Amino acid sequence: MDALPLSLDHAGRRIDGRWLWRDVDAQIDEGTRWAVVGPSGSGKTVLLRALAGLDRLDEGTIRSGGRTLDELSLPAHRARVHYLMQRPALFPGTVADNVHAPLKLAVHRGRGYDANATTSALDALGRPVAFLDQPIDRLSGGEQQIVALLRAFQARPDVLLLDEPTASLDPAATEAVEALVARWLDENAGRAALWTSHNPAQIARVTDYTLDLADFAPRPEPA
Amino acid sequence: MSPYESISFAQLALAAVLLAVALGLTVALRLGLARGIVVAAARMVVQLLLVGLVLGWVFATEHPLVILGLALLMAGLAGVAAVRRTVRRFPGIYWNALVSVLGASFLVTGFTVLGVLQIEPWYDPQYLIPLHGMLLGNALTGISLSLDRFMESCVRERDLIETRLALGATRWEAARPPVRDALRTGLIPIVNSMAVMGIVSLPGMMTGQILAGADPSDAVRYQILIMLMITVCVAFASHAVVLLAYTALFRRDHTFHPERLKTV
Repeated sequence: MDALPLSLDHAGRRIDGRWLWRDVDAQIDEGTRWAVVGPSGSGKTVLLRALAGLDRLDEGTIRSGGRTLDELSLPAHRARVHYLMQRPALFPGTVADNVHAPLKLAVHRGRGYDANATTSALDALGRPVAFLDQPIDRLSGGEQQIVALLRAFQARPDVLLLDEPTASLDPAATEAVEALVARWLDENAGRAALWTSHNPAQIARVTDYTLDLADFAPRPEPA
Repeated sequence: MSPYESISFAQLALAAVLLAVALGLTVALRLGLARGIVVAAARMVVQLLLVGLVLGWVFATEHPLVILGLALLMAGLAGVAAVRRTVRRFPGIYWNALVSVLGASFLVTGFTVLGVLQIEPWYDPQYLIPLHGMLLGNALTGISLSLDRFMESCVRERDLIETRLALGATRWEAARPPVRDALRTGLIPIVNSMAVMGIVSLPGMMTGQILAGADPSDAVRYQILIMLMITVCVAFASHAVVLLAYTALFRRDHTFHPERLKTV
């Protein structure tokens, strides 16, 4: 079953009694690339986490493929709508250990490791297959983000939620991450990506649609 | 039972003189440890004297409800003390510890007294209370260590846990590494002490029985029984408390709630 369209219907999230955003309506369709923008503290991460079903909404509904998150099994939903952290958390071991890790989960049972997804991506980045044998504690920040993406691909998501994936990376590493995501989108027209970024040039490069959370921040009530 | 040498308060005072020598040593070296040792020793003396009075009274009443009440009270105190030793809290943590320590200790004490030793009457405090006390002391340590470790791992490995969830893990798959760590940590003291028992250490209970005139081979069999029962009790109590904490932090819908943990 497909994760798309992925939609927000009157979605709202409240932290410590204050609404971060409210009445958010949006629909993410197949083949689209979205930017989630807004000032610091406007709840961009919170929105991506809600879409992945990591946190619950305080108000409104999220639908994936026409069904609400309550009707779906969250593990299966999260595998299809995958959230990537700004600073990836890698499992102990090697790059290969990390890339194989998703296949050990019950939700992916009966599905084999897609070696081609990994090697063709490494090839596109000009990296040798020996990269897979590297222990994770010797990786640079950019390499860690690449491993997180290779690992995510094995979960076979339809949607990637990218939370400032290049915020702490140099230009070359940023380019590699952008290239990997672009390549993944091009492979299949049924996929979509959402980015948050503080870099307007990057937003212009990698996205076509914008969701500005400043539009949904409740104004102070008139006295 | 064989006769044994009774011990008087004057003899205890003589032993305390040696403690004074040790205190003089730490004072001379300005280690600043003297106050702590004096307070702890004083507490130990007062607590044990009080326990001696209570036990004397309980042993004299020979009423099952009084003995059962004392066993419940001991378990309750152990549950509270186990939580007090941890640095984080979540709603319901005291209930979780109480349920775990009560369930595990009553089950194992009951099995030992009714099934293994077949004491007549079952509530004979001479057996029930010391057995129960030893189980509780160890269950307390197991619960506090495993609970503390589980909560610590949930905070420290939050990103790894959420990454597993984001890749499609169920709550159990996401929580398994911290659960495993916590249970291993809770069982370390008892496993270690069994491994060296009789070689490096002579267990206190066995020593006590021998001092009181029991046949050493009998004392050894009692010690083996109590070690096995302690291990079972610690394992039950640690598993119970970690699984209860797991259900408090990982909900049925596979969401993870580390924000429920508050530092004290």
